[in-house]
Amino acid sequence: MKYVDEFRDQKLARQLASAIAAEADPARQYRLMEFCGGHTHAIFRYGVQHLMPPNLRFIHGPGCPVCVLPMARIDQAIAMALEHEVTLCTYGDLMRVPASGRRSLLKAKADGADIRMIYSTLDVLRIAREEPDRQVVFFAIGFETTTPPTAVAIKAARAEGLTNLSVFCNHVLTPSALRTILATAGPDGVQLDGILGPSHVSTLIGSKPYAFVPEEFQTPVVIAGFEPLDVMQATLMLVRQLNEGRCEVENQYTRAVTEAGNLKAQALMAEVFQTRDRFEWRGLGFLPESALALADDYADLDAEQRFPVEIGEVKEVKGCECPAILRGVKQPTDCKLFGSVCTPENPMGSCMVSSEGACAAYWSYGRHRAPAAQAETV
Amino acid sequence: MTQDRRFPVRLDLKQGTVDMSHGSGGRAMAQLIAELFHRHLDNALLAQGNDQALFSPPPGRMVMSTDGHVISPLFFPGGDIGSLAVHGTLNDVAMAGARPLYLAAAFILEEGFPLADLARIVASMASAANQACVPVVTGDTKVVERGKGDGVFITTTGVGVVPEGIHISGDLARPGDAILVSGHIGDHGVAILSKRENLGFETEIRSDSAALHGLVADMVTAVPEIHCLRDPTRGGLATTLNEIAHQSGVGMQIREEAIPVRPEVTAACELLGLDPLYVANEGKLIAICPGERAEDLLTAMRMHPRGEDAAIIGAVVEDELRFVQMETRFGGSRIVDWLAGEQLPRIC
Repeated sequence: MKYVDEFRDQKLARQLASAIAAEADPARQYRLMEFCGGHTHAIFRYGVQHLMPPNLRFIHGPGCPVCVLPMARIDQAIAMALEHEVTLCTYGDLMRVPASGRRSLLKAKADGADIRMIYSTLDVLRIAREEPDRQVVFFAIGFETTTPPTAVAIKAARAEGLTNLSVFCNHVLTPSALRTILATAGPDGVQLDGILGPSHVSTLIGSKPYAFVPEEFQTPVVIAGFEPLDVMQATLMLVRQLNEGRCEVENQYTRAVTEAGNLKAQALMAEVFQTRDRFEWRGLGFLPESALALADDYADLDAEQRFPVEIGEVKEVKGCECPAILRGVKQPTDCKLFGSVCTPENPMGSCMVSSEGACAAYWSYGRHRAPAAQAETV
Repeated sequence: MTQDRRFPVRLDLKQGTVDMSHGSGGRAMAQLIAELFHRHLDNALLAQGNDQALFSPPPGRMVMSTDGHVISPLFFPGGDIGSLAVHGTLNDVAMAGARPLYLAAAFILEEGFPLADLARIVASMASAANQACVPVVTGDTKVVERGKGDGVFITTTGVGVVPEGIHISGDLARPGDAILVSGHIGDHGVAILSKRENLGFETEIRSDSAALHGLVADMVTAVPEIHCLRDPTRGGLATTLNEIAHQSGVGMQIREEAIPVRPEVTAACELLGLDPLYVANEGKLIAICPGERAEDLLTAMRMHPRGEDAAIIGAVVEDELRFVQMETRFGGSRIVDWLAGEQLPRIC
């Protein structure tokens, strides 16, 4: 397929793999965090780790919006759907994320809550138009990538006078999470030599917001696309920076990312949203200025104000290592629940739900042992 | 059609709708059966007008299978619930290497369902059954209140007979066997997804819904030693291979490059964050046969219109852990796992 196959080409992959192997210094370690779940997925799906030298390791970052959403927010959404009997619309990945008391949106739906899976914020607008008697709440999640479509829906609802639509806003901001990861890295936490920077997020915010990473944390960043060749090329760029003693923000994903980013989308976000003082991230705790809420001008469309709910105390599943895995401190296989009671069919933690979660990727693609002998007929 | 004296006023097949009396067992139900079901599905056994069909089975081992159909939307590019209900059960019967003989059909109708749509579905069912030369010989109709169903659900049951010398079962795959697929995968699932009302996604993909017993008959004639046959419906190719690997206690090694997928299906899956290996098919089959007979089987499949894009996609290997592994186009190797939950699109 055009514009896809080119970035999954086997020959180029081999060339990049040999360049990395030739240039990587056997005397040093290359511990590279891929920030996004999209990178994690590509690394596993295409077996990129196996093409790397043994002293180059990918550490999986927190860039999976489903994985970092704290349980309390799902509890809150379920309570809204059940207590206020609203129509709750959300993206598919969220449906199976575990909430308190072994609940999930999928189970709440089975219990009679009106929860609908949508593919686009345009679906939310359509539902609100077609069912004027229903209060429709959009459970908005995601990093900067999915934020502009939410802003578009909010502005359209205001323009059309759709009084039955509101937004439960859970949009989070990448730079704040990156800062926290780097601030807690070091001998006691995760050790990082370089960062593979976000792909789609950077098309929005540009490459500028990462300047603090080399400046304050002396760690190089290469913004990388989500295709496997993107990941490999960006890896080579990081290896070169480290070998040459350089430390800067580089952009591998030049076909989509500019220094300034998408100014139109940024203006839209600035109009519709404001930064929250603090917001809870699963695994990272409460981070300052790390999430968005609706701007005061749009507060009447804020579902949290329209449908207040009280939820009980949130208890994490005992033994679940998602928090440490999200910080890159532990690997999925370090978790006692991994593969025993926690599988994609019955996820105990959020990292096992989304295909971009580290645990799900490990489980689906990575429980390899020695590859089975090739049969003659193949 | 001469007017039946029991029903002085004909069913209104243009504006009429199903009501509770159509499932009551009384005159209204008799009229629905006569003017709609019998009219389209007409055959000698159905015309007996009894609560059962009476026939003498041919010699040989019989197979029987049943399948409930609840698809949404009811009409989709390449078929509808009526043709699907025929193909689905015929294929389940055929996957034992059998020749299907007869079908039974049970309808659960929702009050308020347009009779025009029902007539269209039954006509499509009749056409699929006629083309397959397998009559619907008995049936049942029930009606549920509005809101208690979703238009129409159809359950079909089929019986068939297995030729002498054919032994096909999911537990017979052996290391060294070859794995074949009869054509492009993922067409049905993508066609359905593209028509779902909450996904205004335009695509030319048509469902592959089709009866496969003709293809199967040619295959078992050419290579009677076929070990396994299965149609990769829900869960797609990946899940079906895992089922067989589990049943047979073997592993499988497949090559991504060898698996036929239409570029349009690849493109749609790419956009939706789906993997074609897990997308449903309704007119494809997987065959497993001794490695040395793979080329003969491939030739026989390609001679049939339903198998012209058939391909050898891999081999059965020894593996205590019963993994299905795939050599990726990218040059890596990965596990192809069972489908977990629904196939959900990624969000970023």
